[in-house]
Amino acid sequence: MAQDSVSLFVCSQQKELTSKKRDEFEDILEERRLSSDLRYAMKCYTPVIYKGLSPCKPNAIKSAVLQSEQVQYVIKQLAKEMGESPDIIQEEATEILDEMGHSMQLGAVRFFAFALSKIFKRLFQRVCVNEEGMQRLQHAIQEHPVVLLPSHRSYVDFLMLSYLLYTYDLALPVIAAGIDFLGMKIVGELLRRAGAFFMRRSFGGNRLYWAVFAEYVKTMLRSGYAPIEFFLEGTRSRTAKTLTPKFGLLSIVMEPFLKREVFDTYLVPISISYERILEESLYAYELLGVPKPKESTSGLLKARRILSDSFGTIHIYVGQPVSLRTLASGRINRCPYNLVPRHLPQKPSEDIQEFVSDVAYKMELLQIENMVLSPWVLVAAVLLQNLPAMDFELLIEKTLWLKGLTQTFGGFIEWPDNLCAKKAVMSGLALHSNIARLVDGHVILNDKGVEDGAVGEIVFKHALAILMCATYRNQLLNVFVRPSLVAVALQMTRSFRKEEVYSCFSFLRDVFSDEFIFFPGISLKDFEEGCFLLTKCDAIQISQQEIYPTDKGSVIVSFLSAMFRPFVEGYQLIFRYLSKETKEAFTEKQFIPGVRNFVFQLLEKGNTQCYEALSSDMQKNALAALVQLGAVKKKKMSNGFTYNVNQEAVNKILDMFDARIPVQKPVAARL
Amino acid sequence: QELLKWNGWGYNDSKFIFNKKGQAEFTGKRYRLGGMVLPTFKEWIEKTFGASLEHKTTSRASLNVNDVPPSIVNEEFLQDLRATKISYSQDAEDRVFRAHGHCLHEIFVLREGMFKRIPDIVVWPVCHEDVVKIVELACKHNLCIIPFGGGTSVSSALECPEEEKRTIISLDTSQMNRILWIDEKNLIACVEAGIVGQDLEKQLAESGFCTGHEPDSMEFSSLGGWVATRASGMKKNIYGNIEDLVIHIKMVTPRGIVEKNCQVPRMSTGPDIHHFIMGSEGTLGVVTEVTIKIRPVPEYQKYGSVVFPNFERGVACLREVAKQRCAPASIRLVDNAQFQFGHALKPQVASIFTSFLDGLKKFYITKFKGFDPNILCVATLLFEGDREKVLQHEKQVYDIATKFGGLAAGEDNGQRGYMLTFVIAYLRDLGLDYYVIGESFETSVPWDRVLDLCRNVKERIVRECKEKGVQFAPLSTCRVTQTYDAGACVYFYFAFNYRGISDPIHVYEQIERAAREEILANGGSLSHHHGVGKLRKRWMKESISDVGLGMLRSVKEYVDPNNIFGNKNLL
Repeated sequence: MAQDSVSLFVCSQQKELTSKKRDEFEDILEERRLSSDLRYAMKCYTPVIYKGLSPCKPNAIKSAVLQSEQVQYVIKQLAKEMGESPDIIQEEATEILDEMGHSMQLGAVRFFAFALSKIFKRLFQRVCVNEEGMQRLQHAIQEHPVVLLPSHRSYVDFLMLSYLLYTYDLALPVIAAGIDFLGMKIVGELLRRAGAFFMRRSFGGNRLYWAVFAEYVKTMLRSGYAPIEFFLEGTRSRTAKTLTPKFGLLSIVMEPFLKREVFDTYLVPISISYERILEESLYAYELLGVPKPKESTSGLLKARRILSDSFGTIHIYVGQPVSLRTLASGRINRCPYNLVPRHLPQKPSEDIQEFVSDVAYKMELLQIENMVLSPWVLVAAVLLQNLPAMDFELLIEKTLWLKGLTQTFGGFIEWPDNLCAKKAVMSGLALHSNIARLVDGHVILNDKGVEDGAVGEIVFKHALAILMCATYRNQLLNVFVRPSLVAVALQMTRSFRKEEVYSCFSFLRDVFSDEFIFFPGISLKDFEEGCFLLTKCDAIQISQQEIYPTDKGSVIVSFLSAMFRPFVEGYQLIFRYLSKETKEAFTEKQFIPGVRNFVFQLLEKGNTQCYEALSSDMQKNALAALVQLGAVKKKKMSNGFTYNVNQEAVNKILDMFDARIPVQKPVAARL
Repeated sequence: QELLKWNGWGYNDSKFIFNKKGQAEFTGKRYRLGGMVLPTFKEWIEKTFGASLEHKTTSRASLNVNDVPPSIVNEEFLQDLRATKISYSQDAEDRVFRAHGHCLHEIFVLREGMFKRIPDIVVWPVCHEDVVKIVELACKHNLCIIPFGGGTSVSSALECPEEEKRTIISLDTSQMNRILWIDEKNLIACVEAGIVGQDLEKQLAESGFCTGHEPDSMEFSSLGGWVATRASGMKKNIYGNIEDLVIHIKMVTPRGIVEKNCQVPRMSTGPDIHHFIMGSEGTLGVVTEVTIKIRPVPEYQKYGSVVFPNFERGVACLREVAKQRCAPASIRLVDNAQFQFGHALKPQVASIFTSFLDGLKKFYITKFKGFDPNILCVATLLFEGDREKVLQHEKQVYDIATKFGGLAAGEDNGQRGYMLTFVIAYLRDLGLDYYVIGESFETSVPWDRVLDLCRNVKERIVRECKEKGVQFAPLSTCRVTQTYDAGACVYFYFAFNYRGISDPIHVYEQIERAAREEILANGGSLSHHHGVGKLRKRWMKESISDVGLGMLRSVKEYVDPNNIFGNKNLL
């Protein structure tokens, strides 16, 4: 029965994949350019709200949280254990709450409405929204508590979303933000007044903090006070590739429904995509280990020079609200919470943890499905396979070709109206002139300063350019990952036997489980979907036992596997580092610079071309994959985690790669 | 039997009708509402259900004897039965009358179809010994017995299993209706199990006593039925539920007679065997005699009512009353929809003066106190006991109510509230005439989940109706009808207009089932007092665990290895 319902859960997801009909977009900046921002900011704002709402002030919520049975219970427990008076702990809880709590005020909201209008108009050409999505959201907000789950690529995300809801007269969300924002003078407080609440980055061990935080979020949800917004990815994705979900907050917002304190809860996946990401170069530096500047107000002021730059169009797709009740029906044992008072902190059962994880993945997959891809994304993907320089005409041709393929795979491309391919590519190049440019009919990466300077410098600059470019290609990866891994598996096994291809696919899927988004536990379904998509574009043919590429299909198969080659090679490099260079236990802080140096040296010597292995994101994912595969032991120490490599196991995994695919093989399949 | 409807609830002469002027009226003289015109009722029905007087369905006027499955009884058994001189009948009407309880689908079948399986023969034992003889005969000939008391079951408990091939004997206990003795020193009475609630109270009253057990069905339901279903009475706060009232039970089983050796208030002799019997729903044997606690008839009774600004405050008040253990004989809280329903059943007022007073009251509550008539809810109260103590008690309860924003709303409203619970059962028959079907169901739930459960179940019903294509919004309403230290009993009414739906009973059952699942998911019980029967069997395992079910099964296997009591309830 459980098995059935799981497959049901997945089925519905695949059905959505095939029967795709997407809404039209509407530019919200257009009206802002025509009328007064001040009047807009001062407009009569009477948002639609939850039907069961009993209006209350932010402070009333705080005191309700403090007085709640949940928090009081933990306070009493802690008092007993530590032998302190409950008053002191209560005091502590109050402080936590004051640090955390938002204090939404219409004044601050209006200030933002005004300021953001000005800023957005300068930064972006257009901000496009699917209006039908907004209408669905409007209904949802009135019906049940709503949780907004946007993708996270930039700080602009949550500002933009609040701005959007204000524009459409919807209740403004309260937003879970990292505590680091509080470090910013004035801005932190301003964000607080605009509805942000702040959570510490890690508070696993702090029971009081956890209790207060969870209860704060749940109280707002239960009372329908405001939509709750947070990022499943936990942090901005530096690579523009969806990060694997975090479960903590999601399990908190799911609990009121699971305990039947509310009738239902709507989860709304929202995909925000940027034609050009504001933080693109910051991210690239960060991935290469140049530390991220701490959030500070003066930093923000310095950043205003970007105001003179253009960042193209933003697409926001508000997905169909997903009813948690519908997701849970038939899946969750009816009464998991019946035998213990609901206010006692209770570790969720395995069933429920699995359910939370499935929901998280499902939501991310929905985000991915509706994420708009700009022409430039295609250009970047083609360009990266044809470095150092590519003929402009060929680039256009390949871009068009890739457009067709992407659409076959269900990618959501917004091609600017009636724009011919050449113009589209040109405008992409113009917008991203910092990354690539057109020289003598060839497009080359913009790694200025390469000619002079030390070898190290050259490698660094080049890596920077590649990572920036990869940020755009990355947006395609989750759309392409299933067919591509089939293609990679076909090449790796050099066999056409379905079983072997599948087992290789399955291995790759496990290895890359932190790199790309796969719904847990449906390896075979993913494989079938990948095969289906490849047959759909005539790249392969499938018989009872065998899979083989068609004549015409070898182009596609090579392109797809080349697209993922940086990951296949990068992972091997990182695994090799781990198998050879690490003898003792190490921490993540030691691992990242270690592997970076290792790759750096190889690049300097010209022993590899895999610049992307320098990305700390890939390095962390590879390590996490090994932990999951049991080849690395992760132990919790007082000051974080330490890792122990099981050399033999890592070598075995390397063999899986090596025995079948030579690492240093020159790019086999140029297009 | 002659007095009662064959295809609906209660007495033949009592029912709701629309008179020539199109106004609703309740006929008969048995109830206080009898003969009164209910001027706002028609409007309420139309508004709530979208029903209209022009769209009417009619039940068959009488039973079509030709449709009734034939009675198959073997001649040897009949000879043996005749030898015992116990009266019996194979008449079609007698058998159909005992083939059902009062679930919606059962009534619907009576009106428009026919049961697939009904009893083959009805027997009327007049005493314990008669029952012993019948059970012996049934064992001898391997026949199936289904005990029948008042026939008010709402759990499909009386339905005959379709696949039963043996002769089904309906054992009607109605002729075992004497009070055998009254023991004033110990305040107990030994009564035959077939006695009906109101007769028991009437006869005890002649000696100045009562049992105080008053389920809403007490006009028709029997003592034996109460025991077999673990019944609960309206005034349980003073007198207790059936398990608190029973001192001794005599039951005839295929293994023999089960009883205790003494009649004592409590004993520690292993698990109480009474608890195998109470709630056994006719699967183990026939309860023949019950010794039950009695009390002197209370000197004074007083009704009351309190209006609360909203349901949440009302529940909080009931919780506080329960906490202070000062609940009156009965305290019930109806939600807004039910309050409006009660309002619609207000009879035409006799004088301008009362109508003026009503208006004034309404003005005070809604305008002066700011209660929203579409949110407020009402608690009805019944106090019993010494006059002085009642008044004192009353004050205590009203004081608590005030703390929760409650306003006293008069005796009259309270009394009407309780009268309604008796006549409300008649209402379904009226609804059925106008495409409206409905039913009630109940649960028990811990205090902290009362509000969530009420809201979610009501919402679930509304949603399910919409999904199943019901075109008009349903009536989905509840009341908190009993309070305990640790929780409450909640009672739901649910009805909808089924015009435009081809299979209303099926839709109805799906929705009822969804509502029950919602209850279970919200931490409510499978049943507080209606029992399981066949209607709720599917949830028994998750309700009491595999082992628990096994324990019950092993008792059944020992007591009744050949499944003589084969009504298939419960297990």
